[in-house]
Amino acid sequence: MQLTDEEVRHIALLARLGISDAEVEKFRNQLSSILENMDILQQVDTSGLEPTSQSVALENIYREDETGPSLPVTEVLSNAPAQEDNSLKVNAVLE
Amino acid sequence: MKHQCDTDILSGVVKYETVIGLEVHSQLLTVSKMYCSCSADYASTPPNTHVCPVCMGLPGVLPTINRRAVEFTVMTALALNCSIPEHAKFDRKNYPYPDLMKGYQISQYDKPMSVNGYLVIDIEGRKKKVGITRVHLEEDVAKLLHRTTPEGESYSLVDINRAGMPLMEIVSEPDMNSPEEARLYLVKLRSILQYLGVSTGNMEEGSFRCDANISIRPEGSKEFLGKVEVKNMNSFRAVYRALEFEEKRQREVLDTGGRITQETRGWVDEKGITVSQRSKEYAHDYRYFPEPDLPPLAFSREMVEQVRAALPELPEAKYDRFVSGYSLTPYDAGLLTDSRPLANYFEECVGLAGKSGGEKDIAKKAKTISNWLLGDFTRLLNSSNTRIEASNIKPWHLVEMFDLVDRGTLSGPLAKTVFEEMFSSGKTASAVVAERGLVQISDSGELAIIVDKVIADNDKAIADYRAGKEASLTFLIGQVMKASRGKANPAVVRKIIVDKLGGN
Repeated sequence: MQLTDEEVRHIALLARLGISDAEVEKFRNQLSSILENMDILQQVDTSGLEPTSQSVALENIYREDETGPSLPVTEVLSNAPAQEDNSLKVNAVLE
Repeated sequence: MKHQCDTDILSGVVKYETVIGLEVHSQLLTVSKMYCSCSADYASTPPNTHVCPVCMGLPGVLPTINRRAVEFTVMTALALNCSIPEHAKFDRKNYPYPDLMKGYQISQYDKPMSVNGYLVIDIEGRKKKVGITRVHLEEDVAKLLHRTTPEGESYSLVDINRAGMPLMEIVSEPDMNSPEEARLYLVKLRSILQYLGVSTGNMEEGSFRCDANISIRPEGSKEFLGKVEVKNMNSFRAVYRALEFEEKRQREVLDTGGRITQETRGWVDEKGITVSQRSKEYAHDYRYFPEPDLPPLAFSREMVEQVRAALPELPEAKYDRFVSGYSLTPYDAGLLTDSRPLANYFEECVGLAGKSGGEKDIAKKAKTISNWLLGDFTRLLNSSNTRIEASNIKPWHLVEMFDLVDRGTLSGPLAKTVFEEMFSSGKTASAVVAERGLVQISDSGELAIIVDKVIADNDKAIADYRAGKEASLTFLIGQVMKASRGKANPAVVRKIIVDKLGGN
């Protein structure tokens, strides 16, 4: 299956990646070949099998509702490019 | 009765019906967050102090499911008559936004924890079922604070404390046909969550939020016209007003030959209008996929039945019991049971007051208690913005005051004054009565002196009374009450006046 340029640009936008026209073509080929591999998997006869969303045979793994330590605020903000009033400072976000 | 927009049948104008569905998000009252053990007490702490690598969304961390959050969701689902599937799973909902630390929200997509329930609302004495599509569990996002520099440049601050709070989503079917039905649904839903003890239900603080879908269509048609999603409503009243506005706006668009655009609109409370919000492009391209870090959930039938058996009494059942057990009016029972703390307070009072006396006596006491709670007490709580649990007046205070009235120590009219002082000071009724010398005068000798003076001063009223005008008696009693500064026992006064004037 071949992706279109439009689809590649759409995916880049969703991932918030800026890509050049040359990269559109490069990733279009790469992503398309990944999808082609999926097409191969699609050929396996899975009729009679329960669909699954998990590869491990676990279920009901819970944590009890208890509090544990949080990070010191200096640690939380240590990678922030900018900060103010104990908070991360980011570009204006409009609703 | 379907809600209809006002139109003149004869004018041939199309009649519309309104269709409303609500999506409620409620934070759960767990002590820790949904997928990590950071404290869930996010609001009363400085920004970014209840944060760890999991809720920050750092690479390589693993979420784990909070057991109590799942239990709370199952409880809610059962209380809303939903069925709990054998299996449920979590999914990633992907979208980029600065308040979403991981770039995805762990939510539930095609296998939610519950489906197909309903809730019953009471609209003008008629019961109506509103379908519940699903109740599922997800996580809250960080809080953004918008600021502007003195130069006019705007920026945002991110506080991650709220990120990862357990958030329960309750989606209704589009079964409501008026803003009032939507309001009743929210009131009922909130009271159920409060009864279950799973949510504070506080809309102003944002722990209980509501988005609404509203569309109108020609009455009787099943046609699907443009659906509008309304957001930013911070109170029940705001939901009601926003829907009322939107209903009218859509009708006007259609009546003038326009089309309703499917869009998201925000409610602007100060202006009382909704405004179009620029739709986030690709907003629906969430690319849901199963959350690989969380194993699925399996609900055994035994577990579901255990949770069902342990459900507390719900508003509906309490309401029925208040009406049948205490002979309250449906209206009063409805008001009392809308709020669990109020209902509990009422029952504590009845329990204390009802230690003596028979069934009829209980009904009479319950009525008195209900009147005080829904009247003066509620008025004082509202005007001082106090929650009933935090009030100075405890149930035993109130019951002690009723005792004073019953024993004749305190007159009915003065009880109100005493109550107000009790409310502000926390003193007992007997303390207030003693301090301010408000003991009721029931002594006939003492009252006769006041009555004589009132009779001497009110020739006209006396003449009217003798001429058969009953209202004059009430006037005279009032004059005695006034002269005694409210302390006279009205029943005794009445008897003395009637005896003295020799009649009736």
